[in-house]
Amino acid sequence: MPATLRGKAAIVGAADTEVGCVAGMGATDLCVDAILRALADAGIRKDAVDGLVTCNSMAEPFLYHAEAMAEYLQIFPRYCISVGAGGGTTFTALHQAASAIASGICTTVVIAMADSLRSGLSRERALAMQSSSGHPEFERPYGAPVPAYYALIARAHMHEFGTTPEQLAAVAVSARKHAALNPAAQMRTPITIGDVLASRLIADPLHLLDCSLVSDGGAAIVLTSAERARDFPHPPVYLLGAGEGHSHEHISQARSLTTSAAAEAGRSAYAMAGIGPRDVDLAQLYDCFTPVVIIELEDLGFCAKGEGGPFVAAGTIGPGGALPVNTHGGMLSHCHPGNPGSMFALTEAVLQLRRQAGERQLPKADIALVHGQGGIMSSHCTILLGREAG
Amino acid sequence: MSGAPARNVPVSTAATAEYWAACRRHELLIQRCSDCATHQFYPRLVCASCLGRSLQWVRASGLGTLRTFAIVRRPVSQAYAAEVPYVVALVELREGPTMMSNVVGCSVDEVRIGMPVEVVFDDWPEGVTVPKFRPAQAT
Repeated sequence: MPATLRGKAAIVGAADTEVGCVAGMGATDLCVDAILRALADAGIRKDAVDGLVTCNSMAEPFLYHAEAMAEYLQIFPRYCISVGAGGGTTFTALHQAASAIASGICTTVVIAMADSLRSGLSRERALAMQSSSGHPEFERPYGAPVPAYYALIARAHMHEFGTTPEQLAAVAVSARKHAALNPAAQMRTPITIGDVLASRLIADPLHLLDCSLVSDGGAAIVLTSAERARDFPHPPVYLLGAGEGHSHEHISQARSLTTSAAAEAGRSAYAMAGIGPRDVDLAQLYDCFTPVVIIELEDLGFCAKGEGGPFVAAGTIGPGGALPVNTHGGMLSHCHPGNPGSMFALTEAVLQLRRQAGERQLPKADIALVHGQGGIMSSHCTILLGREAG
Repeated sequence: MSGAPARNVPVSTAATAEYWAACRRHELLIQRCSDCATHQFYPRLVCASCLGRSLQWVRASGLGTLRTFAIVRRPVSQAYAAEVPYVVALVELREGPTMMSNVVGCSVDEVRIGMPVEVVFDDWPEGVTVPKFRPAQAT
């Protein structure tokens, strides 16, 4: 077992499908499309792929999803796994794929995730999905939709630290500012804090515009060993650090409502990379709901515990801020097709580090942190990426 | 399926049957570990603290305080639509464990973090009884 994954693997291909409301493509089509685009970006043929990682689709599930995608494209991998960690899935998949490469299980892994929550689910299926969140005996009977679970966290943070609805709204406003610079984003019309607060209450204290989108879409990356990575058309983006933390499944069993296992995930990732939060140029954080970003900023060490609200209200995470967050627009404004949601945070980080982000390219983008969480602040994975192998 | 939309009815397991049976009698039972004296909720086959198997059912006081809450404006399904707006909360029981529940018996605007609450039992026509909480009555 390698003591560290630092500099052992690199992303050499990255691509998104069309996102938003994608007519005429199901979840399988989107996943296949994402794989083909990522292979084209990496300039490789399917024969070069000996590892495939996917997450299951809610709209078109398979018992063995990764195998189904491999079968569709007649790829015959040595390493094939469908990962399930909710929104944290993307980065736990990356963590495991890098481990598989470092330990010699395989050499070149495609990670592909897609779903069609917008067009591919009937109203009944969508409601059933919403109802199936939470503990079947001890949470679901009480009728909380997913936003209400996150409202529990938001309210606790407000009570403990004085965080305000305006500060939550600032996260959504910032995401929209970034999205305005991204032609691919689903929602690009500028919004104000007043707009967020005037939007319909879904589950107090969360308004409609505190909640992420419902989208179709997919993305894929190609990961290979650092030695091989030099022979691809685009500059490699190296994995510098990875760390995970898993604290609960159900929010009623959480150790803390206001400090998450992002703290452990971040500590492990920073330790592996040998860097700290001050070295990070951009952070791509999981933003299913606005309070999540505030808690992640704190737990990942970008500000002190309890100071996430003032941190975002000062414009720090917006375009031109000291720590741009979710430069593609995030799930609040770019797209959110469910479990694949943080793939777009990853492909955006790759584009930024390659200097290929167009109008929204950051002047300094050498080290990126990407973080995903799944469940209700349950499952966390932090990844650090860099232009140099470290 | 036809008729009224179904609420999310809990289905008990071997580890939880005693709990739901007690709810039918309007008693709130939680588990206490005889080895390490920890109270736990939800019910499990072992003590999640020491992994001991000497668990006893004890009757909880039914008193607790509100750790946090959400006011649901958009129901999880049509079966809950008539109750909107309703409060989903995390209640810390006096014995220590936290449980999710609804706060009933007051306006949603009166609900506050830290408020003392007490258990009440909601008998569902589906044949189960679900523990909920209301503001603690002054004694």
